[in-house]
Amino acid sequence: MPTVTIGLMDPPYESSNTVTGLRIIDAALRKGHQVNVFLYEGAVALGFAEQKPHANPVKGKTVEEFDHPNPKEWVAALFELARTSGVKLDWINCGLCVDERGVDKQVEGARRGSPADFWKLAEASQGFLFIATR
Amino acid sequence: MARYLSVVEEPYRATIEEQDDTAVWFTHAMRNAGAEVTLLLRGDAVAYAAPGQDARGLRFGAREVKMAPEIDQDLAALMARGVTVYVVSEDATDRGLREGGLIPGVEHVARAHVARLFADHDRVLHW
Repeated sequence: MPTVTIGLMDPPYESSNTVTGLRIIDAALRKGHQVNVFLYEGAVALGFAEQKPHANPVKGKTVEEFDHPNPKEWVAALFELARTSGVKLDWINCGLCVDERGVDKQVEGARRGSPADFWKLAEASQGFLFIATR
Repeated sequence: MARYLSVVEEPYRATIEEQDDTAVWFTHAMRNAGAEVTLLLRGDAVAYAAPGQDARGLRFGAREVKMAPEIDQDLAALMARGVTVYVVSEDATDRGLREGGLIPGVEHVARAHVARLFADHDRVLHW
């Protein structure tokens, strides 16, 4: 199966690009592709392990009722999907971007890297997509 | 007390993650705190006033999004709290949204009259 490398740049809770990117990753994994994901700038916070769900006081819903999703749960779910599908998901955060934001506590499986890693992964991939911030 | 106009122009920014629209939510929270506020939907945001949009069914791996955003219901709740919601007529028409096809209670304002709406308010939030 071809390998796909995807770059994301938008921070969590700011853009529909996040959901679009994660849907593509989910679909690629389900089709059996190995997927490399490079997180640049604010996107490194997608896998930040200390995200917390909250209640919604405007709608009068508790934390449990609101079932507020944190992107870290989606990232963890994608790792689990890759594991059960027998394919590899490589989740590489731009290390300098992580340091800038202090989001070094990440979900299990995420690792640090650099744009050089991204380039090497892209070179070895048959599919390539980078969704940049606008 | 100042009158606020909350202008939403960039919709669907993170509505799946937030399970609502952050600008509409902020406006609602201001109103709940006692603010006198009006909401204006312009540009692509006029789509928020179209009834029956269904964002359910999304999942990543096994993690299902159980509380999909219902922006039309959020607008109805906002109006029930006494907030007037406007859409720019031409922006709705350009996107194929007929006047009778929007949720009840939403008011139309012609593009030529938007400046007057701004002038009628003391402070403007542009999202």
